[in-house]
Amino acid sequence: MKKTKFLMAAAIVAIATFVVIAADHIDAPAVQGGTSDITDFYAFQGENTSNIAFVANVQGLLGSGSDTQNAAFDENVLIEFNIDNTGDNVEDLVIQAIARDGKMYVFGPIAPSQTGLNSTIATNATNQLSVDITPYGQSAIIESSGGMMAFAGPRDDPFFMDFAQYSQIIAGNATSFNNPGADTFAGTNVLSVVVEVPKSMIGGTGTINTWVESKRRQ
Amino acid sequence: MSLVAFNCNNDDDGASQPMGPDFSGTYAQQDQMGRPAVNTVFVSSGMKDAFNTTVPSNQGAAFQAMFQNNLEALSPAYANPGDTNALGLDSATFTGLLATDVLNVSLDGTTTFFDGTNVLTGRALADDVITVELLLIFGGEDFSENPGLSNDNVDANDKPFLTSFPYLASPW
Repeated sequence: MKKTKFLMAAAIVAIATFVVIAADHIDAPAVQGGTSDITDFYAFQGENTSNIAFVANVQGLLGSGSDTQNAAFDENVLIEFNIDNTGDNVEDLVIQAIARDGKMYVFGPIAPSQTGLNSTIATNATNQLSVDITPYGQSAIIESSGGMMAFAGPRDDPFFMDFAQYSQIIAGNATSFNNPGADTFAGTNVLSVVVEVPKSMIGGTGTINTWVESKRRQ
Repeated sequence: MSLVAFNCNNDDDGASQPMGPDFSGTYAQQDQMGRPAVNTVFVSSGMKDAFNTTVPSNQGAAFQAMFQNNLEALSPAYANPGDTNALGLDSATFTGLLATDVLNVSLDGTTTFFDGTNVLTGRALADDVITVELLLIFGGEDFSENPGLSNDNVDANDKPFLTSFPYLASPW
């Protein structure tokens, strides 16, 4: 009994410290509000059902107008999609995306030179392309090469949740969600990287385990 | 010929490099994400940076017990022996799945977090992932428990998605 109470108290303290965080927006002190803060990750079958699309969003909660206009990908931050196709949760392939002078460069899928927390950029990858980063207010610029497609630029944040009411519940100020709820992320933007690749490049069939990382140049 | 001439002008640069951006250096991890909301909901406040810099293959051993404690604090029914969610997962099994924060994606068909039939075969833009997670945390064995906590009643994005690449809607 005593132990249960302690655990509950500890968890409530932990959870009550969340302010405006959700899918992965502002999830941890080291990245909160910074250029390496991943807000969301998606992976789904493309319009061409032979492909998988990967989406990484960073720098969430950008307001319309100057807030989004002034947001930019950090050239010191590598966005890395990790793909495990052998079931051990260790990456067998990576797709790396990094900005340089108005373009997003995409390397891979390629076996990384090393797995884990540190990466070098696989500039020798057979699969690679670059795409102009779409300026705010312009139509999406898409580049295709070797069956791959890439996009980078500001987009509407695709995440939706009544995070405000969730926070009220966790704080003990409410006992249920409202109906209808209110989307806390309505009207906000993110910076998105979308890369679509043929399934044949990442295993062909079966199930992959995938996750996205942000890594800063040392 | 031109390679020789180039090298003559760059005696201390043995390998001639094409002109272009500099991609050299080592990049060290700061953030990572597999499934939505995992770090936010299940990792205690002092451990969030550590979770972001632990490779997924080590996350289960390092964090499953914390996830289980936090799940049972959020949804105390899970502490009862034999209690499960609608996937038939008890507290230990469910948190064992979640603590290894990777997204499982099928290369063989439908890709969705949960669509009533397929479970954890990907994450599509329109998937109502928060309601799925609330149902699995609070909804009990048949999604009927705690109805006020099991759905945030925000079921769709504020802008329609595109059917074609890049799929995400234009910014506000």
